[in-house]
Amino acid sequence: MPETTPEPAPGPTASALRVSVDLNRCQAYAQCCYAAPRHFRIEGREALYYDPAPSAADRDAIEQARIACPVQAIHVEDPERSAP
Amino acid sequence: MTDAASSAHAVVVGASLAGLRGAEALRRAGFAGRLTIVGAEPHPPYDRPPLSKHVLTGEVPAEATRLPGLLALDAEWRLGCAASGLDRASRTLRLADGTELSYDRLLVATGTRARPWPNPHEGRLGGVHTIRDRDDAASLRAALAARPRRVLIIGGGFIGCEVASACRSLDLPVTLVEPSPTPLARVLGTHLGSVVGALHESRGVDLRSGAEVEWLEDDGAGRVARAHLAGGGSVEADIVVVALGAVRNTDWLAGSGLSADPGGLDCDKRGYALDEAGRPDTRIAAAGDVARFPHPLYDGRRVALEHWGHAVEQAEHAGRLLAGHEAAAPYAALPTFWSTQGGINIKSVGLTQGADGLAIVQGSPAEGRFLALYGREGRCIAAVSVDCARWLPAYAAMIEARAPFPPIRQGTDQPGHLPVLPPGFPEKPRR
Ligand SMILES: Cc1cc2nc3c(=O)[nH]c(=O)nc-3n(C[C@H](O)[C@H](O)[C@H](O)COP(=O)(O)OP(=O)(O)OC[C@H]3O[C@@H](n4cnc5c(N)ncnc54)[C@H](O)[C@@H]3O)c2cc1C
Ligand code: SF4
Repeated sequence: MPETTPEPAPGPTASALRVSVDLNRCQAYAQCCYAAPRHFRIEGREALYYDPAPSAADRDAIEQARIACPVQAIHVEDPERSAP
Repeated sequence: MTDAASSAHAVVVGASLAGLRGAEALRRAGFAGRLTIVGAEPHPPYDRPPLSKHVLTGEVPAEATRLPGLLALDAEWRLGCAASGLDRASRTLRLADGTELSYDRLLVATGTRARPWPNPHEGRLGGVHTIRDRDDAASLRAALAARPRRVLIIGGGFIGCEVASACRSLDLPVTLVEPSPTPLARVLGTHLGSVVGALHESRGVDLRSGAEVEWLEDDGAGRVARAHLAGGGSVEADIVVVALGAVRNTDWLAGSGLSADPGGLDCDKRGYALDEAGRPDTRIAAAGDVARFPHPLYDGRRVALEHWGHAVEQAEHAGRLLAGHEAAAPYAALPTFWSTQGGINIKSVGLTQGADGLAIVQGSPAEGRFLALYGREGRCIAAVSVDCARWLPAYAAMIEARAPFPPIRQGTDQPGHLPVLPPGFPEKPRR
């Protein structure tokens, strides 16, 4: 059995970032929404919507959002940068 | 068992949230041996919560839900290949493709599957859906995008309510049938359930509480046409979503001697799997939706949770355990959950099961934002917030401390205890 990593996600470009937010932790402070408004927004009073597969071209905004979150609820994987 | 020995082989069965985070925890705890991850689905680990929310509305493609990896795993992946059997004496795992894998450590993270409609013929009719996997969500999304005349949802639990909400966001006619007096009655009780039910009705959901679907009729061409309700009446619908809860994926453990049934694989308080005689197998741990374990906060009552946060935390615990780091204290993470539906954010901490009283401690249902505290035998056991999440951590701390219930009213001009209401749990659990 050769050593393999999972195949890249089809659909969104293979180099798309992968984002997940721990919505138990999220307190809807919305800092991520200011940092990356195209990928994070608050729906209703406090439900966070996020884009789980932002384009790699937006990595700087996504990284700013990740750092801005006061409860560190945002996880990001950058397939182009993560060590194999 | 601190053989971070590079010759040991750890196998993770189930390549989803708990499997991925458990594998990462094994590595983070220093496990340097061979690591294999076996998954029944062809997809690498992805996130399920969006499947019943923004995937259905079309805002997120189903295949965009892939989970971020948090570290380089150096693992072998066997995807699209289910484990079909376990022989503990020889420490071998049988796979559906006929091959075998031997293991020194095994993490069971096979989760759950959607409970099917009880009549298999009706369940296979065109237009009848369940939702658990990415492919289920993609197929339901395609069906909704084709603008059906009416969607019927059977079951008013969290997933049924979220699907109803997505349908209304798409402006599709939707009927929700739930045998209890309100949606979410089994988890939240009818007091809060009626608040959520009223919200969905205000958004145009045709809510049929206290009703039950008896059988599904086809259109003569193999597609569903209508649902017949117990006691007469029917609902015309070209799409039916069966949302009757989940069954644990433990069938593959039959004959292994482990204590497992459709309610979960039993673990001891450390996290090791138990055999039928109640003895731990210290080579095997379980995590996530599949695991049934004694929760210290609830007097050691055995629980199996279906919560995203629990899958992450228990997997991290199990990964460390299998790497040889037995924790000093049993796994006791406070259960946490969220759901978004109808534009509101519902969050909970603790387990409401068995609550004998409820107090509204922040806000009010009339304002549409409030926090309800649940108590049992004079102690706080759970809190549920509706658009009131910022208050939740304070109540989580009270639940962890088993603070007295009802709490003393604080900082108001009306000292004393808050009024205690009946939570309204239905007499017998839903099917
Ligand atoms: C539609 C939906 C919406 C949800 N929304 C929320 C939410 O808003 N908030 C929240 O807190 N939780 C939510 N959840 C629950 C949360 O997603 C689960 O708790 C979480 O996925 C559990 O992770 P797990 O890894 O234990 O199990 P699962 O995610 O079920 O993964 C188990 C994996 O094991 C695989 N498998 C099964 N049998 C075998 C076998 N024999 N061999 C190999 N592989 C096997 C399965 O194919 C699956 O990929 C939702 C769940 C669903 C389905
Ligand atoms: S910054 Fe963090 S806490 Fe605030 S909304 Fe974003 S994810 Fe949630």
